[in-house]
Amino acid sequence: MAEYYLLGVEIATALLGLILLVMGLLVPKTHNKGIANIAIIGFIAIFGVNFLYAGTNASFLNGMYLIDPFSLFFKGLLLIAVFFTCLISKDYILEQGYGQGEYYSLVTFATLGMMIMVSAGDLITFYLGLELNTIAFVILVAFRKNCAKSTEAGIKYVLLSAMSSAVLLYGLSLVYGATKSVLLTEIAKIINQQGIQPLLLIGMIFTLAGFGFKVSAVPFHMWSPDVYEGAPTPITGFMSVASKAAAFAIFVRFFMIALAPVQETWVIVITALTVLTLVLGNLVAIPQTNIKRMLAYSSVGQAGFILLGMVAFSKLGVAAIMFHSLLYVFANMGAFGVATVVGKSIGSDQIKDYQGLWKRSPLMAAVMLICLLSLAGIPPLAGFVSKFYLFTAVIEQGHIWLAFIAIGMSMVSVYYYLIVAKAMYLGQPEEGAEPIKVPGSVQLALALCLIVLVFFGVYPTPFTNLVLDVATAFFPF
Amino acid sequence: MITIYHYLLLGAVLFSIGLYGAVSKKNAIAVLMGIELMLNSVNINLVAFNRFLTPDAVTGFIFTIFVIVVAAAEVAVALALVVKVYRERLTSNVDEIDWLKW
Repeated sequence: MAEYYLLGVEIATALLGLILLVMGLLVPKTHNKGIANIAIIGFIAIFGVNFLYAGTNASFLNGMYLIDPFSLFFKGLLLIAVFFTCLISKDYILEQGYGQGEYYSLVTFATLGMMIMVSAGDLITFYLGLELNTIAFVILVAFRKNCAKSTEAGIKYVLLSAMSSAVLLYGLSLVYGATKSVLLTEIAKIINQQGIQPLLLIGMIFTLAGFGFKVSAVPFHMWSPDVYEGAPTPITGFMSVASKAAAFAIFVRFFMIALAPVQETWVIVITALTVLTLVLGNLVAIPQTNIKRMLAYSSVGQAGFILLGMVAFSKLGVAAIMFHSLLYVFANMGAFGVATVVGKSIGSDQIKDYQGLWKRSPLMAAVMLICLLSLAGIPPLAGFVSKFYLFTAVIEQGHIWLAFIAIGMSMVSVYYYLIVAKAMYLGQPEEGAEPIKVPGSVQLALALCLIVLVFFGVYPTPFTNLVLDVATAFFPF
Repeated sequence: MITIYHYLLLGAVLFSIGLYGAVSKKNAIAVLMGIELMLNSVNINLVAFNRFLTPDAVTGFIFTIFVIVVAAAEVAVALALVVKVYRERLTSNVDEIDWLKW
C-alpha cells in the first residue's frame, strides 16, 4: 500500500499550478490582477503543509522518493524562494500585460520539479524532476515576448541544458550499468561490495559534468551570465537561488550517499572544480558593468563557496551547505528585488545607473547594501556566519590551503560588491531624477530580507541547531 | 555473437557523433539533432545493460521510456524558441545569436 499522504506537499503544489493555469485561461484579462495574490497565499499555505511533515523520515515506493528532514528543509527553502519571487514579480508581470496565469503556473511547476529533485531517491525520479524544472525555466527565461535578448537567453539555455542533460544521462546510464540499480542507497551498497570499477569512474565523471552545469560551477558556467542577463529579473533571482539550491541538494545526496564509498576518488575532482569556481567566478565578476551579469558571476562564486562543504565531506559541511543556501536565498532575492524595480523604472541594468540611488530610494539602497555585504560575508550579517561554518568545515578536514583561497576570494568579492555600493551612496543622481516608487509587494519582500539577514547574523544559534540536526540525520559521520 | 560490448561501443560512438554534431553545427536545429543522438546513445546503453545484466528486471527499459518522453517535451520547447528567434532575426545560426556577451 503506497502511502500517498507523504506526497502532500507535492500534490498541493501540483494542484496550485493547475488552478493558476485554469484561472489564467478562464478569468478575463481585465480582472486577472489577483492571480499573483492567489499564488502568494497558496505558497504560504503549502509552506504550512511542509511544516506538518517536520520530523518525518520515510520513503515512498521502496525508496524511490524520500521524505526526510534533508528534503523537507530544501522544500521549505524552495517555497521561501518562490514566495519572494511572486512578491517581486507581481508588478513586473502586471506591467508586461500578458500571461498572468501562465507565468505563475510555470513558476509553480518549476518549484514542483525542484521539489521532486530534492526528494528523489533514485535516478529516474531525479531526472524527471530535473527536466520538469528545466523546461519550465526555459519558458520563463524566454517570457519577455518583445525582447529579443530574452528569446536568445531562452534558446541558449535550452540548447546548453539539453546538452548537459544528455551528458548527465550518459553518466547515469553508466552508473546504472556498473551497479545494476538506480536506487541511491542500493548503489552505495553495491559499490561498497565491489569497489571502484572503470565503468563507474567514467560514469561518475560524466555525472559530475552534468551536475557542474546545473550548479554553474566553472568550467561549466558559460551559460549562466547570458541566461541571467536575458531572463526577466525576478526569474533570474529565482533561478540563481532555487534552481541552484535544488541542484546542490541532489548533488550532495548523489555524491555523499550513493557514491560515498568512493569519496577519495571524487573529492579530487570536486576540489579542482571548487578552486576553479572560486577563483574564476569572483575574478570575472570585477569587470562587469551590468548588475545582472555581475550578480551572475557572483552566484558562480557562491557556488564555489557551497562546494567547499562537499569537499569537507562531513556533518558540519552538510550543515554549512544548508545554512549558506538558505541565507543566499534572502540575500540574492533582496538584491534581485532591487534590480527588478530599478531596471523597470530606469530601463537599464547598468551599474552606473545606480548613481545616487540612496537619494531616489533610501529603502532600496539600504537593502541592496545589506544584501551585497551579506553575500560578501561581512559581520554582523548572516552571510558571515554561513561562510564561517563553510571555512570551519574545510579546515576541520585539514584543507587549510583551500580555506585560504576561499578567504582570499571572499575579499575579492567585497571589492566588486562595494563598486555597486559606491555608485549608490557616493554617486550623485542625474539632474532632475525623480524618486523611484517601490511597489508595496516588493517593499514587503525587501523588508523581510533585511530583517532575516540582520537577525540571523546577530543571533544564528536556533538556526544553526536546526541545520545541524538535519545534517546529523542525513549524514551521521 | 553480439555481446553487451558491441552495444556499449555503439552507444559510445553514437554519443561521440552526437556531441561532435552538437558543438560543431551552426544551425540550431542541427544542434538539436546532435543532442537527440546523444540521448539515443543513452537509451541504447540503458536497454543493453538491462537486457544483459538484469534480464528479469525492467528498470532500464522504464528509464528509457522516460528519457524518450522527456526528450520529446524538451524538443517541443526548443523548436518553438528556434521559430521565435528566426522570426526576430531571420536566422537560426547559433553563431549569429550573440547579442548577449560581455
